[in-house]
Amino acid sequence: MTSTLTPARKRSALTKGQLPKFAPYAVLAVALVLGAAILALIGFNAFGWGIVSAILFAAGLVGWSAAVEGSRKAKDKLATCLVVGSFLIALLPLISVIWTVLVNGIPGIITPGFLGTSMNGVTGVYDNKAVEGGAPVLGGIYHALLGTVQITLLATVISVPVGLLTAIYLVEYGNDRSVARAITFFVDVMTGIPSIVAGLFAAAFFFAVVGPGTKTGAVAAVALSVLMIPVVVRSSEEMLKIVPNELREAAYALGVRKWRTILKVVIPTAISGIASGVTLAIARVIGETAPILVTAGFATSINNNVFGGWMASLPTFIYTQILNPTSPSNPDPSSQRAWGAALVLIILVMLLNLGARLIARVFAPKTGR
Amino acid sequence: MSKRIDVKDLNVYYGNFLAVEDVSINIEAKSVTAFIGPSGCGKSTFLRTLNRMHEVLPGARVEGEVLLDGDNLYGPGVDPVTVRSQIGMVFQRPNPFPTMSIRDNVLAGVKLNNQKISKGEADALVERSLQGANLWNEVKDRLEKPGSGLSGGQQQRLCIARAIAVEPQVILMDEPCSALDPISTLAVEDLINELKDQYTVVIVTHNMQQAARVSDRTAFFNIAGTGKPGKLIEFAETSTIFNNPSNKATEDYVSGRFG
Repeated sequence: MTSTLTPARKRSALTKGQLPKFAPYAVLAVALVLGAAILALIGFNAFGWGIVSAILFAAGLVGWSAAVEGSRKAKDKLATCLVVGSFLIALLPLISVIWTVLVNGIPGIITPGFLGTSMNGVTGVYDNKAVEGGAPVLGGIYHALLGTVQITLLATVISVPVGLLTAIYLVEYGNDRSVARAITFFVDVMTGIPSIVAGLFAAAFFFAVVGPGTKTGAVAAVALSVLMIPVVVRSSEEMLKIVPNELREAAYALGVRKWRTILKVVIPTAISGIASGVTLAIARVIGETAPILVTAGFATSINNNVFGGWMASLPTFIYTQILNPTSPSNPDPSSQRAWGAALVLIILVMLLNLGARLIARVFAPKTGR
Repeated sequence: MSKRIDVKDLNVYYGNFLAVEDVSINIEAKSVTAFIGPSGCGKSTFLRTLNRMHEVLPGARVEGEVLLDGDNLYGPGVDPVTVRSQIGMVFQRPNPFPTMSIRDNVLAGVKLNNQKISKGEADALVERSLQGANLWNEVKDRLEKPGSGLSGGQQQRLCIARAIAVEPQVILMDEPCSALDPISTLAVEDLINELKDQYTVVIVTHNMQQAARVSDRTAFFNIAGTGKPGKLIEFAETSTIFNNPSNKATEDYVSGRFG
């Protein structure tokens, strides 16, 4: 069989019994054609075509390989097909989400004034005009962007010191005492707290301490810190744990006190991991909706004071624009604004992730010669 | 700038486990003392009690006295940090600080303690310490490069430079050459010979030739069996230990016979 496929070339005895290099492509082409044919019988759709072709491809390649190369190679091909298939399945939702948000969000984002104006004074009347008369869609996300940045920044300012100091206690001073074990246990419990519960906690706390009906950006920041602190503790703890004990001992042996050792040797060595852990924790809470709705309320105008008055944020902006369109009879402009805000949010999270990588690279211990 | 160490009836524990039992030893100033013995016999553990590094491990404690020129290291009110600034230590694996340059590694003892030092003094200290560790000529053109970029032998000599930069009375070395090749080992051994003009040096080694080459006096530690405490078997001039030991176990060990 192999000789008929490559008649022009005399093959080495060592490569006998192998599929030719083009085998996967040939099988893929055949599987695609066969798949299209089968789907045509029962009604064509792209999704079904992909699935049927993938199955045909796997069966064809594995069968051919079993016939030519033997069962070991066939199992290898089967495993490769499964691994690549799983990877594609995992990738599919991600690509789909990004594609959907891009397609729906770009019209919103390129509308003039979208990033620079708030929803203050934008009523259903303007939206109706935009749909019926072709006037530009007014209103933007400036207030929500500002709110998200302020609330997240304040939440970070609260969470990082608390989380980092807790992690330092656990790793450097805890010594597996019962206090340390209790903290570890409660941090684990806190990791699993539903975000709405964190929001209710912060709201109830401020109602009790400041007064009923207290809804400000600061309350939302406290709610987000409740969600952030366990993440920061966990990631910082792991990073501090992997600092080799030899470095601590080297510092002790030079007559350096423990707190200075932690401050000047342990933390600088772990800082890249800690910083990227913090950035990922921020990325994790920046999209929270429920805790912000119950703690900061919802605003349509710009609020620069995180400690007073209701405050908008990107997730709550998306939520309200979709659920309560500015013009109930013509929801399209609202939905366009919501998709635009969603795209901005995704870009923010991506930038944070990129920032985490950059931070990790900048702070990483140098190894150059 | 060197002091003697006298140990009296020292018992070393990990929690309730007695690791080293009843050691009494007199370590002379400006000499090299080697500790030899099989793995797990408590040489390193004992060495770490000489600058209070042992108690860094949770549950570790000692009973007895360690006198540095007559002052008990384990006396009430003695700050372990003061002890460690007088008795430096070099570890088995080279452990330069990865976040610091070569220069900063040498200055670590000064900088980590936030002591003020002028640039001129710092330069002089760096050069003096690196010269003392036989490393100056190899690194003088790249002092600002990271210490972790050096070879293993250079890193170990950097750690020695770091230890002598704080000007201790005594330097403890815990198998300083076990991770090094023969040439780097030779460099470190030459260095130990020079160091004894100024410092009291105590070295733990698995390499008996090394002990014979570098030390003035040698202590042989042994362990009766797993779970039993390590003991000091014999302590004498190095030539006596290797040529004419008084104890049968010592003779068996240094001649390569066991059991």
